[in-house]
This record gives sequence, structure tokens and C-alpha cells, in this order.
Amino acid sequence: MATLTSAAGQAISPDNSKKRRRPRERSSAWRWAILLVAGVYFLVPLYAALRFAGLSGFKDVFTTPGFGSSLWLSIRLAAVTWIVSMLLMIPTTVYVHLRMPGLRRLLEGVTILPIVIPPVVLIIGVLQVMPLALRASVWLLALEYVVLAMPFAYRALDAGLRAIDVKTLTEAAGSLGAGWLSTMWRVILPNMRTAVISATILIVALVLGEFTMASLDLKQTFPVWIVLFDQENAQISVAASIFALFVTWVFLMLITVIATRQSRRTGGGEVTLFTVAPQQTIGN
Amino acid sequence: MTANANETGTAAGVYAPPAAASGSGEGTPVSLRNLTRAFGATKALDGMSLDIAPGELIALLGPSGCGKTTALRIVAGFEYADSGEVLVNGKDVSEVPASKRDMGMVFQSYSLFPNMSALDNVGFGLRMRKTAAAQRRRKAAELLEMVGLSAQAGQYPHQLSGGQQQRVALARALAIEPHVLLLDEPLSALDAKVRLQLREQIRTLQQRLGTTTIFVTHDQEEALSMADRVGVMRDGRLEQVADPSELYSRPATAFVAEFVGTMNRLPGELAGPGTVTVLGSSCAVIGPGGNGGAGSPPIEDSGPTSGPVDVLVRPEGLTVAPASGGNGIVSGRTFLGAVTRLAVLLSGDTEVRVDVPSATALAMAPGTSVQVGLPPAPVLVASREK
Repeated sequence: MATLTSAAGQAISPDNSKKRRRPRERSSAWRWAILLVAGVYFLVPLYAALRFAGLSGFKDVFTTPGFGSSLWLSIRLAAVTWIVSMLLMIPTTVYVHLRMPGLRRLLEGVTILPIVIPPVVLIIGVLQVMPLALRASVWLLALEYVVLAMPFAYRALDAGLRAIDVKTLTEAAGSLGAGWLSTMWRVILPNMRTAVISATILIVALVLGEFTMASLDLKQTFPVWIVLFDQENAQISVAASIFALFVTWVFLMLITVIATRQSRRTGGGEVTLFTVAPQQTIGN
Repeated sequence: MTANANETGTAAGVYAPPAAASGSGEGTPVSLRNLTRAFGATKALDGMSLDIAPGELIALLGPSGCGKTTALRIVAGFEYADSGEVLVNGKDVSEVPASKRDMGMVFQSYSLFPNMSALDNVGFGLRMRKTAAAQRRRKAAELLEMVGLSAQAGQYPHQLSGGQQQRVALARALAIEPHVLLLDEPLSALDAKVRLQLREQIRTLQQRLGTTTIFVTHDQEEALSMADRVGVMRDGRLEQVADPSELYSRPATAFVAEFVGTMNRLPGELAGPGTVTVLGSSCAVIGPGGNGGAGSPPIEDSGPTSGPVDVLVRPEGLTVAPASGGNGIVSGRTFLGAVTRLAVLLSGDTEVRVDVPSATALAMAPGTSVQVGLPPAPVLVASREK
């Protein structure tokens, strides 16, 4: 949820109230109207939740049993999911771009599958076939999340790679004596930073908000805890979810701002969630 | 436009390079032996052989798809040959990976690392060679100074113009003191004026450092003005390798003749051994059976020996003068500065281009009846086209 709000806010708000007069002004009015409607749509439930939780809800949330441990579990899961995703997806996308560009379309199709298949189906299938040891471990969930995050991670990384000339950069580095590890570490990765950060944002937001799989896997992640605790004390539960929303939002904003600032310095694009603005090259 | 005599054959040892920025001193000999490379059914290289002298700048010239870039990429190690070998300093480097070949390369597209400043870009190769940071920075600064970009050392590629980027790329390629410098159409993305400046700069620098250089281009002017020798390629083979002036005046094949410079085709008739009748006069023929020039290479080994042929003549090889009832009519006039190029329509629907001094051309507006003639100099002939 948090991602969607920040994405919408980012995509619509910046630099549309420019100088030129008539047609621009009218379209700008439209934009503001849409923004307003969208804002009301998102903010009213938030406001209602705030009203419902009240101050006391917020006071008690941090000391409620299960709050800390479930949040900590979700954060660890996000971290592991991120690490596994990056280790898997970065080399894959780079390799496909360099050596098998013809496979890009196929890969795009394959990576979209987790979106097409409902998470319920996925997790139930996995639980059927996994050995007990793995089923008991919380890390099975991280592996599941890697699959779930794949469409987003792949798309973000792919967009980032398309914005740079991977082949020429790789060859340039090679001719200067860099092995593939140095090329990757010093040339490709730094120029994919924006894309990596986009992928990170998506993965973190996904893991912190995922409920279905965690619930069916009987692991008490933060969203699962919120739902469970809701039956005990709805006020605290709502307060917890608002808190989670806020934390996620602050975290994502922070990443976006830092990443954009760094990428500006080297001429990269602005960080948005689904695209990476291509690098501008000045003509002659 | 034509070959510049003083730029040919003087590459090696023109100037002793400064110690810190020296290339490999006297330069490195490079040989391509019988290189063959096929992509599916198309043969990108079809038995290409070429010997490059130490310190020589050789241009590979040809239309797109002729295999020149493939040849360069095989030398660089980015591409492999199906058969044949590349010898650098007499050693076959076919098994050596690109990163260990010590070849500096400048690419057609901008290839600077966007995340590094100009200085760090230039220093990258030295960093890969584990050169100490201070020394690396000093050397990189030196090279940037050599390409005239000291002031831009701290800037990132996106802050540099296209020409500046290619100069940094050149400095970066030279920083590793490469055995061979490989230039893959480095100027083609630049605008005309920058291209001209950079062309001279590359040539000067290359001569100063004495680095053996292979320069791939489809721009004949670039090739002729920069290279010690030019290799004209077609369908994966070298049609001719020669210094620019020879290439222009003694093309070995009709393809070379027409690819390099402007060439007219005039219908002629082989009148006897080594003689051709064209425009009403008879001329000696360069080539098989011809007596056109001592030691000149024969034109097209399987070339015609009798019957109708095309005679190949450069625009400056024809004469033209206004004449009522002449053999042609001026159909176009292009002012090129000192000379003006006239298009003249001859009987039989042949159009020729003739260069005349611009002052003379004033008298020959389009529509003027003119007499086109051929001075009695040896000419090239080729099989009749169409």
C-alpha cells in the first residue's frame, strides 16, 4: 500500500505547474483534481483509522506482546529476500542483456508468472512438496517472497540495464584489463544503482505487507500479527498498522531521495518505482 | 580530399614520446592471418590477411557489413575467428582474453563509465593494473592534458560534449600504453567540425606515441586523410591495401575505384590490345594487356580484354568547355569552393561529373551545350555495368 501511495504522489505531483499558459493550465487543473480525488481516496481511510486508534492505541502498541518480534521477523525476511533476489536477478539480467538478448522476451514472460498465479496457490503447492525441515523454518517464506518479488525485481533491473549500454561498457572495461568481477562491481553495478534501488523499494514494500503466504505458512510476520491481534484489541492493531505504514513510507522516501541525489551527480535518471529515466547524453 | 603526401609513411619514430606517456616505444607489429568468421550463412570475414607495421596507422574502409568491424573486434578479443590467427609481436593471441591483450579501444558509441569522472575514467585501466593511486592520478592527468581536457578532469561524462567524451575515451585507451590502439568509427557520432578537429588530434597523438593503430571507418575522407595505408574491404575480403594516394590514383579493382572518391563510368570499346576508344578518342588502358603504367597492379584479373567496357575516369580527369553542338549538356552545377563540379549529360543518357575551376564554371550554367573530352592519359576499364 505504501508503495502505491508514494508512487502515485511522485508520478503526479512534480513540476507540472510550469510557466506556459492555457493548455498547460487546464491540464494542470485536471491533474490537481485527479490528485485530490486520489488523495481523498487514500487519506480518508487513514484518517478514519487514526480516529479509531486514538492516542491510547499508539501508546500501547510498542509494549504489546508480539509487536517487536513479528516486526523483527518481517524486517529479517525483507533483508533475506532482498539479498537472494539481488544475487539471483542481477547476474541473470546482465547475462541475458549481454549474451542472450533474444531471451529477454521469454524471461519477461516467465517472471510475470508469480503475478498470474495467486499466492494462495503458490504457497499451498510449496507446502505440499517441501520437506518438513524447510516447512518449519521461517526462511522458506523468504524463498517464496523471492518468487513473488521476481516480476518487480526483474522489471526494475531490466529497465535500468536498458538505460545503459551494457555491451559497450563491458567491452570497454574488458579492453582496459578488467575481469568480469571488476567489470560487474566497478562498472555495471554502480550504473545500475538506480535500478537496484527501485527493486529494493519494491521488494521491501512487498515483504513488509505480505499476508496470505505468511498466514498459510503459519508464520507470525508483522501483517499476520496485526490481523491476529485485531481480534484481541482492534485499536492497538489499527495503531500498529498505521505505524507500519508510516515506517515503510519514511523508509521508501529516504531511499528515493538519497538515490536520486546520487544519480543526479553522475547524470543518471530520477528514481521512480517502475522506470529509470534514461541517462541524458549531450550531443556534440 | 586527396591523399596528403606528407602524412604517409612517416608514422614510426617521428617524435620520441615523453617517458611517462609513452606507448610501447617503437610500436608493435600486428598480423592478421587468413581470418574467417561466419555468422550463420553470412561470411563476415572470408580469409582476410593483413600485415601492419610497427607504429603504422591503418584504416579499414568499406561499406557497412563488409567485415571491417568484425576484424577489429577479433583483434580486440571481443569476437573470435572461425579460423586464422592474429599475431601481435609475432605471438598468436587467439587464446588470450580481451582483458589481457593490452589493446586500447575507442568505441563508436560513447563508452565512458557514467559513474566516474573523466580523470577516473582515464585512470581505470591503470587501476586494473594495480598502479598506485598517486601515480595513477598523475598519469591520468597527464593524458587528459594531452587531449586538452585538463579543465574537465573532475567532470562526469554527462557533463561533457560528444567530442570531449571521445577525447577522454582516447586518453583512457592510451593510458594503459597499449600494444595496439583500436578505433571503431570513433568519430561517426560527432558533428562535422568536431570530427575534423578530432581527426587531426588523433593522428598527431598517434604519430607522437608511435602506437600501432587500426582505424575502422566507412568514411573515405577520414581514412584517406589519417591513415598511412588504407585497406578497402568488401564482403569479408581486402580488395586492396595501399597508401592513400595510390589507392586513389591506382585502384586495383572497379569496386575500390568507385568506393574511393568519385568515379565516372563512360561507355567505351576495347579497340585492340591495351587500347580503348572512348568519347571519340583512344586511350591506353591500365591493367591486363594495358600499357598504362609501369608496375601498376592489374585491374581485375579476370577483367575484359575485348568488346564493350566501362571506362573509369575521375571528375578531374575529364575536360569540359562550352561549345555549341558539343557532345553534352550541363545538367547541374555544384559549387565546392575552389572547384565547381558540373554534371553533364552525354548522349546515350550517360551522366558524368566533371571538376573545373570555379571561375571557368561561371560560363557553364545548366542547359549550356558543352564538349567533354578525355586527355590522352591511361585510363582504367571495367566490365560494362547493366
